Parts: sequence; C-alpha cells; structure tokens
Amino acid sequence: MTDASSARRAPLVLGIETSCDETGVGIVRGTHMLANTVSSSMEEHVRFGGVIPEIAARAHLEAFVPTLRQALDTAGIELRDVDAIAVTAGPGLAGALMVGLSAAKGLALAADKPLYGVNHLVAHVGVGLLDPAGESVAGPAGLRTLPENTGALLVSGGHTEILRIGSLTSDVQLLGSTIDDAAGEAFDKTARLLGLGYPGGPAIDAAAATGDPRAFRFPRGLTMPKFEGSVEAPGKHRHNWSFSGLKTAVARAVEQFEVAGRPVPVADIAASFQEAVVDVITAKAVRAAGEHGITTLMLGGGVAANKRLRELLAERCAAAGIELRIPPVSLCTDNGAMVAALGAQLVAAGVAPSSLQIPADSSQPVERISV
Amino acid sequence: MTNYDGGVILAIDSSAGASVAVLDDGQVRAQWRTAVTTTHAEVLAEAVAQTMREAEVTGAGLRGVVVGVGPGPFTGLRVGLALAHSLAEVWGVPLHGVCSLDSLAQRAVAQPAESSASAEGEFLAASDARRREVYWARYRADAQGFAELLDGPQVSAAAELPDLPVVGVGASLYPQVLTARSALESQWLPDAVELGLLAQRELRRGGAPGSTGPSATPDTAGPAQPDITARSVLRDPLPLYLRDSDAKVPAQMRAKQAS
Repeated sequence: MTDASSARRAPLVLGIETSCDETGVGIVRGTHMLANTVSSSMEEHVRFGGVIPEIAARAHLEAFVPTLRQALDTAGIELRDVDAIAVTAGPGLAGALMVGLSAAKGLALAADKPLYGVNHLVAHVGVGLLDPAGESVAGPAGLRTLPENTGALLVSGGHTEILRIGSLTSDVQLLGSTIDDAAGEAFDKTARLLGLGYPGGPAIDAAAATGDPRAFRFPRGLTMPKFEGSVEAPGKHRHNWSFSGLKTAVARAVEQFEVAGRPVPVADIAASFQEAVVDVITAKAVRAAGEHGITTLMLGGGVAANKRLRELLAERCAAAGIELRIPPVSLCTDNGAMVAALGAQLVAAGVAPSSLQIPADSSQPVERISV
Repeated sequence: MTNYDGGVILAIDSSAGASVAVLDDGQVRAQWRTAVTTTHAEVLAEAVAQTMREAEVTGAGLRGVVVGVGPGPFTGLRVGLALAHSLAEVWGVPLHGVCSLDSLAQRAVAQPAESSASAEGEFLAASDARRREVYWARYRADAQGFAELLDGPQVSAAAELPDLPVVGVGASLYPQVLTARSALESQWLPDAVELGLLAQRELRRGGAPGSTGPSATPDTAGPAQPDITARSVLRDPLPLYLRDSDAKVPAQMRAKQAS
C-alpha cells in the first residue's frame, strides 16, 4: 500500500473538546492534522486564580460555532466530508462537557455521521500519533500506531496520571494518579499564595528561574516506605501522588515570614516548590514505567510546558533507558485535534460508534476509551 | 415525505423539562416532552431525531430552528442551545431564540375562556429558578389571542412578584405567596410547541395571524414587521441567564488585585 492510498483511506475525523476551559475543534485525516482551532476562556478565569466551571461552560456555548467554522475553514473541508465526529465524553467538568457533547450530537445528527464519545485522557495520548509534517508509517489498521510498551504521563490542571497503553483503542491501564490535587492545581494554588497570578504554571516557572530550589525542603507526597512498599510487595500508593500536603507546607513557610515581618522569599519558595513537584512526579513516573516494562513514555497535559519538568523527566528517562516523547505544547494542552486523533484510531480499528444517548461522565475511568 | 413548501420548523426547549416539536404552519406534526430535569444531555438529541422521523421531515425540509433561551437552570438550558446551534449550522437554516416563559403565557391565553377567569387580563408566568426564587414575566393577551410580554423576564423571590394570577410551575412551588390562576396551570412547564407557534407567527407577520392553512403568504424570515405588538418574540439564540455565575474572587486574588 502506498502512502497516497493509505492517506486516502485514512478516516477524516472532526474532534471536539470542552472538558475544561478550552473550546477545541480539530480535524485529522488518520494521523495527519488538518486543523486545530482552540478558543480559551482562560482570561475570564484569571481574576479568580483558577477555572470557574460555570464561566467555562458559558464560554464553550458562545465559542463553539465560531471555533467549528474556523477549523473547517482551516482544513478546507465541509462537515459532510468527514467520516465521524469525535467528542470528549469525560472525564472533566460536567457542565463544560455537556456543551461539547450536545453540540457534537447535533452535528452527528444533522450531518448523519457516526458519533464517538471518547476519553479525554486517552485522547491526550492519541495526540502523540499526529504528525503535522504528514510523515506516514502504516500500522496494522493502515494507520500509524503507538510503539509497543508505551506509557503516558499526563500532568495538567485537572489530571496527574501515569498510564500503560497496550492498545490505544482497546487496552489502557491506569498505573497511578494523584489522590487529591492535580499537579497543575497545586501550581495554581501556590501561585495564588505567592501572589504570582494565574495560570500558576508559567508564573511559578518564571519566578523559580532566579530562586534556589534547595532553599526549602518541601515534602514529596506518598514517598514513605509504608505507601511505596517494594517491587515484590508494592504499597497502596507506590505509583500515586499527593500534592495537598505540599501546598500546606508552602502556606506554612509563607506564614512564617509574614508573622516575623520579613519579606517572603518568593523566588526561593517558587523554585523549591517546583522542584518538589517535578522531583516526585518524575521519580514515581519513571519507576512505574520501569516496573511495567514501558520503553516509550509520552508526556501530555498543560504542565508539559514546564521547563524543569521536561528537563528532569528527560534526564531520568535517559538514565532508565526509556525513550521520552513530548508533543509540541499546543498539542499537550487541551485541544480538539487530540480527540480527532483518537477518533480516527477508533474508526480505523472498527470500534462501534456511540449512541446519541451517551452521557457526559465527569469521572470517566481511563479504561473506558470510548462510550 | 419531506416538506418543501415552506413553514416547517423544529422547536426545542430545555429550560425546565425538555421538549421537542415539529410544526407546519401552526399545526403540530410531532412532539415529545419529558418533565425530568437531569437527563437533557442524554435524551434530547435522540428525541429530536425521533420527533423528526415521526413528523417525516428532514433538515433539508426545515425553514428554521427555534430554541427556548430560558430563563432556566443553566446546565440543562445550554444542552438545548448547543444542540440547536449545531443543527441550524449544519442544515444552514436560521436559528431563532424565544423566551421559554412565553410558552407558558401562550398556553394560558389559548385556554378556553370558561376555564380561566382572567384570560384577557394581565397575568404572570413563573418557572422554578431554584434557590427559593422563580423566573417570571408579566403578560396579557393581545387582540389576536397571542401572549404579549409586558415586563420581564426576571428572577426574584416569589414574595416580590406583582399581585397577579400566576401560571406555570412557579405557582405551585410557592402557594403561600403566589396565587395560581388554576391548579392545573400551576403544573405547567415551558414547552417547544408554543415556542414554535409564537416564532412561526412572528415569522409570518403580514400574513393572517394564526393562519393554519398552506395558502398563507410565504415566510418573510427577515426582521419582524411592526404589527399589533411592538416587541418581537424572536431573540438572539443565547441563554437568558439573568444571574451571574456564583464564583467569588478568592481573598488572595482580591488582595493582589487591590494592590
């Protein structure tokens, strides 16, 4: 099969993402990205220091049709050309998910196209298959697929997870996750505490640049032996994270300076906080990967933009003999192209489409790749 | 059979329960409704598909989509609006918003005179706004027997409403302070049927109001021409939230913004 014929056969899929504060519409043909239009309500959340679900949901409704039109225009196609509509069904903010899901159902119904309600987390992995340059390697289904023994580390404002991906369309396993705050949430809350603004990731990253990451020894959650156990007898939280204690420790440190009437060493605290987060994320992710035979690790989620995370993860993956893949930041943050990419894989694998009656599932488990 | 001779519209409301109707020149061809308030995202799209099949109409045969813009609980309201936006976009037909309370008022003025003492007087339509409040608006019947909006919609505590007879489920929620026009009418929920009727009438201004025959003049889908009432029932297809989001700026952020 030539590249041209496989490209012609590859499914043309439109993907819709509204699980948080980005309204995303992306269009892919197989693993080739044709459009990735994102409208963010981030500015509207700045004064709150975090995403307000109701504000995000309002923004999705207003942004949806313009975002859709722009994506179709960029791709140079019309909706009647697509083979399927894919949409994030969960996990995410319920009210936000329902806007995208209902809009997707409307498109599927009106254009008489199959609908695929997909898992947001798995879509973050699916984006790793996209190659805007159009490089094409045929897999069993005629589409490029993930290498064997792939893992994914997803770090964002809503998620902190490590996954093992046997097959993007039929076998995804959750190895570990945060038991409280997501890492990105910890960045936002700490940035608020330090008066650094929102979103917290870039703000802390910038403030940390001039700070000493060893100035404060902040806790690495769930690293005590009773939580971690051993390879033979793993503890309950061996591959899990917790960031709520870290956030409290930062608050205490800030308080001590304020009570003493001394200036808060913002740069040192930011750098030490960032080091604690990045250290525990990468240490646990690389160990989990090693213990599950993962040889290729993909990084996804908005926190993938953090320089220190990329640096330390690269270092530790290299030391463990794991190949690290990091998509461009515009594809790490929430977007519609990742949903379309997973949708294309599902279509190519012959997975049955969803009914028009599927619900939005705010806590959809990662094993439910499509609904 | 697909209707191409004009006038067929699809109407959707998700401001309280959810409902769908296909209307052809003022006649209901098919309709669907549920009083359940928590399943709009699941049931509404399928209900549209089913209602259109029953009405034997396709998107190509529609003159427009009408959607209830509330007021109503936000999440459910957005489900109907998001769906309607997509449908109208793909079919390439106009999308019109109508205040969902207008449907209660229209049903009230369409009641036989003997069933209600004050059909020609002013009355209120009220729906559940939760949080011990109601969404409401004040209406009267116009000379053609259509509901005319006089005031609102607004959201307030039931005790703050004008002292007028009330239709709609708001009346049964606060019987101590609201006077239901009748027991039956105090159970009413907004519905797509009347939203569609009102919108069709507006779109047909210039033809015989309330005409049900196919001989009526073709739709003038432009801006409504001034007629008996100055105000058009057609609105932008955007939610009438009437309330801001509840989000409070955290103390840390307030301190920062003040400095």
